[in-house]
Formats: sequence, C-alpha cells, structure tokens
Amino acid sequence: MEVKEKKEKGQEGVLRRIAGPVVTAVNIDAHMYDVVKVGHEELMGEVIKIQGDETIIQVYEDTSGIRPGEPVTNTGLSLAVELGPGLLTSIYDGIQRPLSVLVDKMGDFIQRGVSAPGLDHQKKWEFRPLVKEGDKVSPGTIIGEVQETNIVHRILVPPNVQGGTVKSIKTGSFTVEEIVCTLDTGTQLAMMQKWPVRVPRPVTEKMNPTIPLITGQRILDGLFPIAKGGTAAIPGPFGSGKTVTQQQLAKWSDAEIVVYIGCGERGNEMTEVLTEFPELEDPKTGKPLMERTVLIANTSNMPVAAREASVYTGITIAEYFRDMGYDVSLMADSTSRWAEAMREISSRLEEMPGEEGYPAYLAARLSEFYERAGLVRTLSGNNGSVSVIGAVSPPGGDFSEPVTQNTLRIVKVFWALDAKLSQRRHFPAINWLNSYSLYLDTLHDWYDKEVSPEWNVLRSWAMEVLQKEAELQEIVQLVGSDALPEAEQLTIEIARMIREIFLQQNAYDAVDTFCDMAKQYDMMKAIKGFADLAYGAQTAGVSPAQIISIKSKNDLPQIKFIKDYRPELERIQKSMDSEINILRSSA
Amino acid sequence: MKEYRTISKIAGPLVFVEKTEPVGYGELVNIVLFDGTIKRGQVLDTSDDLVVVQVFETTAGIGKDSGIRFLGETIKMPVGKEMLGRILSGGGKPIDGGPEIMPEKRLDITGAAINPYARASPEEFIQTGISTIDGTNTLVRGQKLPIFSGAGLPHNNIALQIARQSKVLGSQEAFAVVFAAMGITKEEANHFMHDFERTGALERAVVFLNLADDPAVERIITPRLALTTAEYLAFELDMHVLVILTDMTNYCEALRQIGAAREEVPGRRGYPGYMYTDLAGIYERAGIIKGKKGSITQFPILTMPGDDITHPIPDLTGYITEGQIVVSRELHRKGIYPPINVLPSLSRLMNLGIGKEHTREDHKKVSDQLYAAYAEGNDLRGLVAIVGKDALSERDRMFLEFADLFENRFVRQGYNEDRSIFETLDGGWNLLATLPVEQLVRIDRDLINKYHPKFRQEAKEQG
Repeated sequence: MEVKEKKEKGQEGVLRRIAGPVVTAVNIDAHMYDVVKVGHEELMGEVIKIQGDETIIQVYEDTSGIRPGEPVTNTGLSLAVELGPGLLTSIYDGIQRPLSVLVDKMGDFIQRGVSAPGLDHQKKWEFRPLVKEGDKVSPGTIIGEVQETNIVHRILVPPNVQGGTVKSIKTGSFTVEEIVCTLDTGTQLAMMQKWPVRVPRPVTEKMNPTIPLITGQRILDGLFPIAKGGTAAIPGPFGSGKTVTQQQLAKWSDAEIVVYIGCGERGNEMTEVLTEFPELEDPKTGKPLMERTVLIANTSNMPVAAREASVYTGITIAEYFRDMGYDVSLMADSTSRWAEAMREISSRLEEMPGEEGYPAYLAARLSEFYERAGLVRTLSGNNGSVSVIGAVSPPGGDFSEPVTQNTLRIVKVFWALDAKLSQRRHFPAINWLNSYSLYLDTLHDWYDKEVSPEWNVLRSWAMEVLQKEAELQEIVQLVGSDALPEAEQLTIEIARMIREIFLQQNAYDAVDTFCDMAKQYDMMKAIKGFADLAYGAQTAGVSPAQIISIKSKNDLPQIKFIKDYRPELERIQKSMDSEINILRSSA
Repeated sequence: MKEYRTISKIAGPLVFVEKTEPVGYGELVNIVLFDGTIKRGQVLDTSDDLVVVQVFETTAGIGKDSGIRFLGETIKMPVGKEMLGRILSGGGKPIDGGPEIMPEKRLDITGAAINPYARASPEEFIQTGISTIDGTNTLVRGQKLPIFSGAGLPHNNIALQIARQSKVLGSQEAFAVVFAAMGITKEEANHFMHDFERTGALERAVVFLNLADDPAVERIITPRLALTTAEYLAFELDMHVLVILTDMTNYCEALRQIGAAREEVPGRRGYPGYMYTDLAGIYERAGIIKGKKGSITQFPILTMPGDDITHPIPDLTGYITEGQIVVSRELHRKGIYPPINVLPSLSRLMNLGIGKEHTREDHKKVSDQLYAAYAEGNDLRGLVAIVGKDALSERDRMFLEFADLFENRFVRQGYNEDRSIFETLDGGWNLLATLPVEQLVRIDRDLINKYHPKFRQEAKEQG
C-alpha cells in the first residue's frame, strides 16, 4: 500500500495508550485520515480522531506487545491505492497488499510489520501510445494502452493533475513507475497513478442506467434485474446462499471487470474462489474468468481496521476501471462485516452509539459507498459503469436491523434470501414475493428490443401467477387443495412449474449455472404455452387432474440441463399439444 | 524482574495497576499474592498511567498488597510431540499426574491468520458413518462444522461418534483429536474421557479441561491453547487433527462477563460488539495449508439458549463456520438417535467433497432430492393437523409417508453403527423409490436409470 503526497513528512510522536486495534499518540500534528507508522515495527495505521493533543489511530495490524512510549511517525499522506497495469488477477488484503507477495515475504500466516506495494514495480509492460506529440490532454484523457490480460488496460492522465500539451511520449516496454509521457507544463506521467481510497474519483456526469447487467441467473435477469451502474442488496440469514449468489454474479455477470471483496468472511471460501476462478471460462470470451477479476480478501480473523478499509480499496479500483470506459461490477461480501468493523472501532473510541451499538454515522457511510456506483460519462467522454451488489448478513435473519434497513433505503434492487427456501433446497433461495427491482421501467425498452416484445408481458404474467399462488396457498392450508375451484387448481400447478422449472437453478450444473436471456424467454414461453393449453382444456371440460397428469410436461424440467435444448423443447411442446388435444377430444 | 504494588482498583476479573514502566499490549502478567501463590493474567489496555489486567483465575485473594509482574511477552503455549495422550487443565497445566510438557517450541496462543492465498481448498471427504452427515451434510477435511444443540440433547454422543468413526476413504490413518472442554460438568467430562479410554482414542488425543467450577475467565484461553496445539500437530508434525470445542456457549458467557467488567458498550443481548471478530479468531483456525500434509477440522459444540437459533451465539457462529449440524428436540422426543434435523443443517463445503472423484456421481442429486421430498412431507404434517389426512391428495399422502420413512430409516441409526457412504446413498435411493419416478425432478434421467432400485432391478433381470 502506498500513499499519496499531500503534506510534509516525518513528524514523530509518542504512543500513550494501546487498547486493541485503537491506539493513542501525542505530539504529532496530524490531520484526519493521515497514514501513520506505529511503534518500532512501523505498523500501518490511520488517524481517525483528534482530541486536544491526542491523536487516535486505528491500526491495520495486530498490536500485541506494543508499549506506550514507542514512536509514531506521521507520513502526512492519506490512505491510497496504486492503480495501473498488474491489478487484474491480483488478490489483495484490505489495504491492497498482494497476498501472494505476503506469502513469499512472511510465510503461510499473516504476520505484521511487512509492507508490500499493490503493483509489481519491476515488471515491464508493453506501452502503446494513443496520443502524439502536440496533442492536448486533460485529466482523464486516455494517453495509451497496455495489453494486461485479455483486457486492454488504458492509461489515463490522473484526474488530479493539470492537463497540457504532450511534449514527448514513448513507445515500448516500461515498468509502472517509469515516465512514459511528459507534458509542456512539466508534468511527467507514468503508467501508475495513486488515488486516496476515501475520495470518489471524479466524472463528467452521472447518467440514468438503461441496460441490464445480465447475470445468467433466471430469477435475477428475468424477474428482478439490476441495471449496469445500479445497486443491489442481498440480505439473508446464514446458510441461505448469499455467498453462492455473489460468486455466481462474479462468475457470470456480463461486466467487463469484476471486483470481488471478501470482507470479513471465511478463509476457505476465498480459497474456493481462488482455485475455481482461474479454471472457469468467461462465456463471452472463452478466457479464464480470473483475467478480468480483482479479488480483495480480508477474512474475518484478519485485522478489523483493514476490514473497514477493504470496501474503499475495492470501490476505488472499480472506479479506476470505470474511468477507462469499462462496465465494472463490484461484489461486497458482506457489508454487515464492514458495518461491524465500524461498530468495533467506534466503541473503542467510546463514541455515543446509535441503534444496536452501531455508530450514528452508519447510514451516511453506507449511502456514500453505494453512491459511488453508477453509469457515468467519464472525464475522457466515454461511458463506463460501476454496479454494486452488497451482501448483508442480518443477525438472526431479521431484516429490521440497522444495516439492512439503512441499505434498503439506498439500493434500487432487493434480492431477499429466504432460509425456508434454502432448507427445501430451492436455490437460488431468493423470495419472489419480497424481492423487488426499481429498474423495471427503465429497462423495459431494452427487454422489448433485445429479448422480445413479449418478454415484459410474460414477466408480469409470471409474477401474477406467483402472487395468486401465495393467496391460494393460504386457502389450501385451511381446506386442502381439492376444495379449490378447477381453474385455481391449475394455477397452483402452473405456479409450481414456474418455481421448479424457471426459478430454481442449479449453480453446480455445468449447463444450468448460466442461462442466457434467449433460453429464459423460451422456458417461460413454454410454461405459458402449457398454461394456455391447460386453461383452454379446462374450459372445454377436461378435469384438472387429467391435465396435470399429462406425461410430456414432466420432461420440461430437463430442458435446464441440456445445452442445445431447442429440439427437445420443440418435441416436448408438440407432445404436450397432442396430449391435451386427445384429452379435449375425449372430453 | 520488577514487581509493582500499585493496584488501584479490582473489579470482577479485572485488576487496574497504576504508574508502571511501559507495558506491552497483550503482555502476560503474574500476580503474586501475600502467601506466594501466583495467578496469571493478561494486559487488556495499556497507557502511561494505567494498565488494565484481565486475570484468568478467580480474583479471590488479590488485594492492594499483591505484587504485579509483567513478563514482557504475550501468552505462549509450550508444545511438543509428547502431548498426545495427555490431559491438561484449561490453562494448559498437566492434571493427569504426569510430568510437565517438555517443550520443543513455545507458540503464541493468539495465532496468526492463515493467508487465504496459502490455503489449500478442502475437498477430502470424511466419512463419519452417520447418514445425515455423510449423505446430506458432508464433512470435508479442513472444515469447521459446529453442532448446534440444546440443553439435554445428545450432542456429546454425536461428537464422540464422529470422533470415533471419522475416516478418509482409502486411508488407514487415524485422526488425532484435540479436545477442549469449557465449563462442562465433571460428569460430562468423564463421559468423554471414558469413551476416549474405551476406544483407545486417548493415545492420540490431547485433552484440555476447564470444568464448570474452574474460573470462567480461563475459558477465554482454553480454545486458543487447544488450537495452538492443533496447529503444531497439523502443520509441523503432519497430522490430521479433529478439534472438538465444547461448549462454546460457556466461552461466550465468559466473554460477556469480561466485557461487562470493563464497562464496554454492549452489543446484542449484552454480548460485546467484537464477539464476531473474537469468534472468528477461533473458528478460522481450521483448514489446510498448501504444501503441508496435515489439516485441522473443527467441531465446535454449542447449546442454543432456549433452542433459539437466532440467539447471538449460534447466529454469529453460523456466519463464520462452514455450515452447521442442528440437533432437534422434536426428533429426540420421538426417540430417534442421532436427532439431527437435516432441514436447517448445512455443509457449505459439501460440493467440494462429493461426486465422482470423491464419493459417487449421484451424491449431490440424491441429497437434493431427499431434502426437497422431506421438506415437502414435513410441511404437509402441519396441514394434516388442520384438515386431516383424508383431505390430502394421493401425491401429498406419499410425501407425508416419505417424511416418516426418512426419519425412521435414514436419520435413525445406532450409536455404534458405522454406515459406509455407499450404504447411505443406497439407503437414500430405497427411500426415493417409494415415490413415483416422475416426482424425482431433481435427478437427471441418466442417474435414475443407473441407480434407481427399480431400474437396477430391471437391468439385472435383463442382464
């Protein structure tokens, strides 16, 4: 982790008190969020409170053994990340130290007092200029590019430098620190830039999103879509499938860049991501998914202050790729752990607590974070987006707790996970009655044009059936299903088909794990087709029991697991047709 | 070594000492009583003018005249090869009458976090011989899978059966067991010890005993001592280690006690706000490291106060561990052993450890189908209570019967019954065969044709 130049360096103070991750120092002239080095081992910390001559610091590493009287040095810089070629395929801790470098430097366990730059400063990258001498450049202008993986990494004029005219620009192989471009103003540009994580990167304009982020997950794309540049929350009790859903999104969403933040979660799960992603192929490019991914892993037992920072590190990296004109999706698993880190630090500061011990600024921090998402026109005039999908882990699965409630006030899409569904192995366990997407109207046209004009109608029909089923189930609970009118017995069956065929999706099946919009449309249409046949037959006098028991309908679920499903689907539709016709003619 | 006599306040397990030389955070402290007895403690908060010490034993006998020695290092655990077969106190001292441990190493008990990059993915199937675990909530080496139980339920027997029967297919190697008891009764401890002795497991076990009448604050370090030992056995001596921690509820109570004594702002139900981080520091010490032969698999046991799974202790645990095995009072009342309710139970790492290479190709789908069918049958029980069996459709009646069969044939098994995974899966198929084939929507046709008893029978007849 490197820091951004701001003030004079090297003021030395003295530690006065140590209580876990929060320490107090005196005699340093610090500003809020300055990065400081604590103790003889130079542990990294950040100023979070100034009170009289005391400076309160949160330390990103374990403070055991540190004593009062040890030195504290203020770097005068704020917490910043290194941005440049080498970010992709990396796996970082919460303060952008590459975990692979840490293994080399200190072995299998995370020890303290080791610093490691976010980017490899030795590696040379092939730089191709895209501007020439005499061209005018301004903050955000793309001056060149590097083939980083299968992704082209665009090199930008940092947003915080003055523009000017290009005096000289080089072609060839350089490290990220070497100067590749000089402006007439004397500004020298390298491929790497640094940006303070707590400050959003500037854009020309924020726009309203109009294109869905296609995830290949039927219940998301089909019923509750998120837009590119949108925000979504997935709250759910443990075991309801938050992490699997997040990982499915990281794998299959059609963003160009994916930033995945494992914030205070399980070590073994991060390992799973690490072993799985390099082997998985991007359905669009056929290249390993890892090539478009940046991972941030600050597991639950890693220092709590670094967990607090991990979310900012992640979103800053996401914004950087957005500024190149890419669609980026960011998954944060879990924002509750982030909020808990805030709570822990806040209680060590003995701040007056808000609801359930969380600091009073919880809502403000959450909304600041989600507001960094969006579809934007970048400084260079391209369009780019950051979509943010945050998992929330409400204690006891109770959605009325502060983190869930404050999140719901901000995000536009709500995917409500339901423990009851996961217990019966209905996956993804997203409750179709409680979930919502506020992007339906803005995305309407896209579905009309890109999928089918029928799609929006089909979607509303499916939602209606599911809603109706919920009402009917209440009656069934009281009087049994045989007591329902015939048409409604059919509705129950059709709702079951929508649930079992369309909504249930097997993340572990090679085919079913990703389902494109065309197939989603065909599947829904087939179910609607059966519904039309069924209601038609029922009005013609066929009993619901007979309609429900037609054989060919039972083959429909198998469609999910077949790659070239169209011939089989046509066969099934034809036999459903003829079976119903036979019933009708004998009725 | 300098000894201070500047105690200014004693409150619960905390001792406040004034005017010391600089003392390190987390440093180990000896408190010397007037009669020469030494009590141990640890620095919780240190500053120029005041040091707060948390005492691991009762503070009885400590007064303003007691001496305080700061040892200049954090708490270390002496570890060595000879630890196997030994019984130690919750503070790490031998209580089996044997000699002191000859340390080969002294390790910091807090333990550092394993770098996620250095972890190897856990994927080796552990056969526990219990169908509800192997078949539907499969355990793998390096996993942490807690047992969520309630007061008066047979969680100890389940833990013992797992410890006794666990093996990796195709491997003769037995697991080493590290057993840490926190605040359990002498009777319960004896139950464990007898079983360890009966089966010869004690020879490859290290036992830490903090009993109900031992100091509560000592419970804070007991699991850390146990896990430090486990890490030594696994990552330095290449052993596969099963760690049983019981009862984590008592551990959390001790944590709350200290939080209250420090007058901290409490979180939910009075537990400290950092309990998630604290528990993670224990549970995350499980796993496998790339390039090392050994592994740590954890079985924490906790009793849910009032059988409430949303209580902060099971809740925070469930968010850290890789699943949970839930013991049900209802099944226990029906006389079913092991009374594991598969519906709220879960193993997150199951999919890594099953399938063609590990168990059998049909494992995942059979498990899903069993779950779905049992869940449906179980729901119908509620309906039957209202409308009676006669109002059910024929299909519903089949699922209702399935739920009973599932509990009596699949869940129920003997305390010493060690079922192989193939027996478990075939048992599952036999149950599924009571349902019409077209109801088995979770399983693809190929697998049905290959494993369904009906088609197998046909294939046999034709062959």
